[in-house]
Amino acid sequence: MKNLNIIGKSKKKIDALSLATGNAKFTDDFYVKDPLFVSFLYSPHAHAKILNIDDENAREINGVVDILHYKNVKQKLHTTAGQGYPEPSPYDTVLFDKKMRYVGDRVAAVIADNKQIADNAVKQIKVEYKILKPVFDSEEALEKDAPIIHDENSYMPIPVKYEPEHNLAAEVEIGFGNMKNGEKEADFIIEKKYSTHYASHAAIEPHSVISYFDEMGRLVIITSTQVPFHVRRIVSKVLEYPLSKIRVIKPRIGGGFGGKQEVFLEPIAALITIKHKRPTKIILSRKEVFQSSRTRHPMKITLKTGVKNSGEITSLSLNALLNTGAYGSHALTIVSNAGSKMLPFFNKVKNIHFLGRSAYTNLPVGGAYRGYGATQGYFALNQQIDIITRKLNLDILEYIKKWHIRTGETSEVFKALGEGTEGVTQTIHSCEMDKCIDLGAKEIDWYNKRKKRIMTGEDKVRGVGIGFSMQGSGIPLIDMGAASMKMNDDGSFNLLVGATDIGTGSDTILAQIAAEVLGINLDKIIVLSSDTDITPFDVGAYASSTTYVSGTAVKKCANKIKNQILKVAANMLNSDEKNLTVANEKITDTTKNKSVTFAEIGSYTLYTKDQFQVQASASYVPKLSPPPFIAQFAEVEVDKRTGKIRVIQFVSAVDCGVALNPKLAEGQIEGAAVNGICYALTEDYKFSKSGKLTNQTFNDYKIWTAADMPEMKTIIVESDEETGPFGAKSVGEIGINGPLPAIANAIYDAVGIRLYHAPFTAEKIYSELNILR
Amino acid sequence: MEGTFIINGKEKTLNFNADERLVITLRNNGYTEVKNGCSEGECGACMILLDEKPVHSCQIFTASVQNKNIQTVKGIGDLYLPHIIQNAFVEAGAVQCGFCTPGFIVATYALLNENPNPTEEEIKQAINGNLCRCTGYVKIIDAIKNAAKSIQKERASL
Repeated sequence: MKNLNIIGKSKKKIDALSLATGNAKFTDDFYVKDPLFVSFLYSPHAHAKILNIDDENAREINGVVDILHYKNVKQKLHTTAGQGYPEPSPYDTVLFDKKMRYVGDRVAAVIADNKQIADNAVKQIKVEYKILKPVFDSEEALEKDAPIIHDENSYMPIPVKYEPEHNLAAEVEIGFGNMKNGEKEADFIIEKKYSTHYASHAAIEPHSVISYFDEMGRLVIITSTQVPFHVRRIVSKVLEYPLSKIRVIKPRIGGGFGGKQEVFLEPIAALITIKHKRPTKIILSRKEVFQSSRTRHPMKITLKTGVKNSGEITSLSLNALLNTGAYGSHALTIVSNAGSKMLPFFNKVKNIHFLGRSAYTNLPVGGAYRGYGATQGYFALNQQIDIITRKLNLDILEYIKKWHIRTGETSEVFKALGEGTEGVTQTIHSCEMDKCIDLGAKEIDWYNKRKKRIMTGEDKVRGVGIGFSMQGSGIPLIDMGAASMKMNDDGSFNLLVGATDIGTGSDTILAQIAAEVLGINLDKIIVLSSDTDITPFDVGAYASSTTYVSGTAVKKCANKIKNQILKVAANMLNSDEKNLTVANEKITDTTKNKSVTFAEIGSYTLYTKDQFQVQASASYVPKLSPPPFIAQFAEVEVDKRTGKIRVIQFVSAVDCGVALNPKLAEGQIEGAAVNGICYALTEDYKFSKSGKLTNQTFNDYKIWTAADMPEMKTIIVESDEETGPFGAKSVGEIGINGPLPAIANAIYDAVGIRLYHAPFTAEKIYSELNILR
Repeated sequence: MEGTFIINGKEKTLNFNADERLVITLRNNGYTEVKNGCSEGECGACMILLDEKPVHSCQIFTASVQNKNIQTVKGIGDLYLPHIIQNAFVEAGAVQCGFCTPGFIVATYALLNENPNPTEEEIKQAINGNLCRCTGYVKIIDAIKNAAKSIQKERASL
């Protein structure tokens, strides 16, 4: 990219200093007078029917204002998934149900004048349960005689297969070519079963919401959300309250990672405010976040590949079974993504079959989580390729380089698999996968370490492994982002975007795009994002969409503004527009060597002649979803005596198109990679036999601190994505896909044990090593 | 209960319950720069300096620290006069969502007061009581190294 002043520069995040000084406000930092506080009563049983709730004693406690449960709250079926409308997730949830489907399901809410009173009153509610037989395993849940988890009238709002009577929350199936022929052509078949586990998003800010009536009697919801416009819609529908009377404000958000793409608290806060005409505050405790918010769906995968001795894959069958837990939020789209993000990578495979299913179980609820099914799918594919290339004694890096999809190529999968519907046909416009592999391998010194089993102590041995993947950039034909801009007297601009900055820096990136188009400094763009009363619509922060989708909307909008300014400047300079150039906050007629500044134009349009507001708006719906590519490398050290594993070095080389702000892009990859590394090694949900989560604190659920960190390196490998704003693709999710398989492959490289079931604990490695001995 | 505290250099008299944790008292009285991420002494978002020592304020009873010196991130530097450490975090790209950042700034301030020239290992140990889910710590460690350099430079020029 040539002659760019703002794009491609690591500009400081525009809200960073406000955050670093503690000035910036998160939801719980807003003051509301005399709010009501809420404590929830959760089900102690994994599967039960409530026979009766007796709340009399609790209601008598001084300071208790109300108690909500199935007897007094209307049961309106909906999904908590904050997705496009109609959502591709089953309507299987009501605010307060008579049936409990997991330990942690919501029984009742106590509303009180302060939190302590509410907490105490919760203990006074008497609930009579009829305990039902639970089912925890996703395969068992689909068996004939399994207990039925959703026996109400739940339904799917879009026409896809949904069979709650069989605990089937979603099913998707596609196929190309002829599997039998493909397998016949093969010299050998490799069929392996893999599984991935539960995880918490563990955003450091817990889910929080405040609601109140403003001075005009409109309902205001300040909430820690990734999807403010979906919050407005879902609250309106669930409470049957006019959308026009709801304003949703997104303040600073303390991390999301998919966990705040769920709308499960806002309707309750809103309901309380509407009913009691008082502000309401709901702030989840960390335990509640672990147990009763959302999680990464565990997945069981059977991957069967027919392979020729040359290495060519002649058939590929992917069978993925998602455990969606008690409710089906994102149950279809995540299992579908395991196929749609993973199958196109080796696009020369002609015979493909994919069956994705999601099963209801009596465990915590899955939801969107960075990577969104691709993480699970690539765990299997990367290990399978490691197995195949080892068997054939092929260089795995050269193998990936030979077979991956490349620029100018397509895959039938793009068209066949979308988000609950068909996808779109697309060819790849940019792919620097080879370079990612080469640079990453060089950084980790691959060829001096691979298959060398270097000993670093009597029992300590090292190995290296790779995890490759591709993701997408938004959901084509479904996601929409919009922006509007206006010019002020001094030549500054207000940029209003629906896009939701949840800490990623999208406010900064979008301002950079506008500033670059207009040839002005970043500080001349005043960004306001995600206020449903003020900013235009945007679907929100998910599916790696903001830079590509919302960014293109901003670019279009800024170009419209530029055209208006050029017209004014032509009048002011008495010039032909063709001779005008825009740079350095002024417009210059190169033939006359005369110019007007943006401040002069701003003032002229508002005060001088033919006054009008320089303003524009633009929307963008992507027709494509260009994938970013990544190669991630892990070097691990395994202690053969104890099974203890240490990650020594971790390298990510990513092609995200043009990195609009390299430091922010690196930050996305680094954060995702570390999240992925702890997911591989230490993060897991542990359940008691009765389905109760037993490690719901940061003490028992280990996410890494700085002291655990390996040597990290992130390499941005630029490509030019011609369909993206200034050449950009996405970067938010992809970095979490590699760690799980790269570490698994590195463990094999070090000690020769193949771990099909994540996470890779010392106990697991120790017992596998014992089997080897 | 009522008690007196020195908060960011100013004497303050605050009301609080007998069993109240300091993070709650501070937040209830407008010190919302002290964040509450877990209430279990693990995440470090609520970190403050208590008589110059970094502590998790969710693990301290308010009643037990009357008349003591409490410093929050705003006492270290504010939007109008930021501290070198805060600028270093901004410059390095160490602030993503920023919810954990006040705690990290406090931990860094305590570290650099005691050890102006820390090794990478010492930095990692000093922020071992703070969780960040966004950055993967890489840029936070960079920021602390840069802050240490800047502080030394500033001291050398005095």
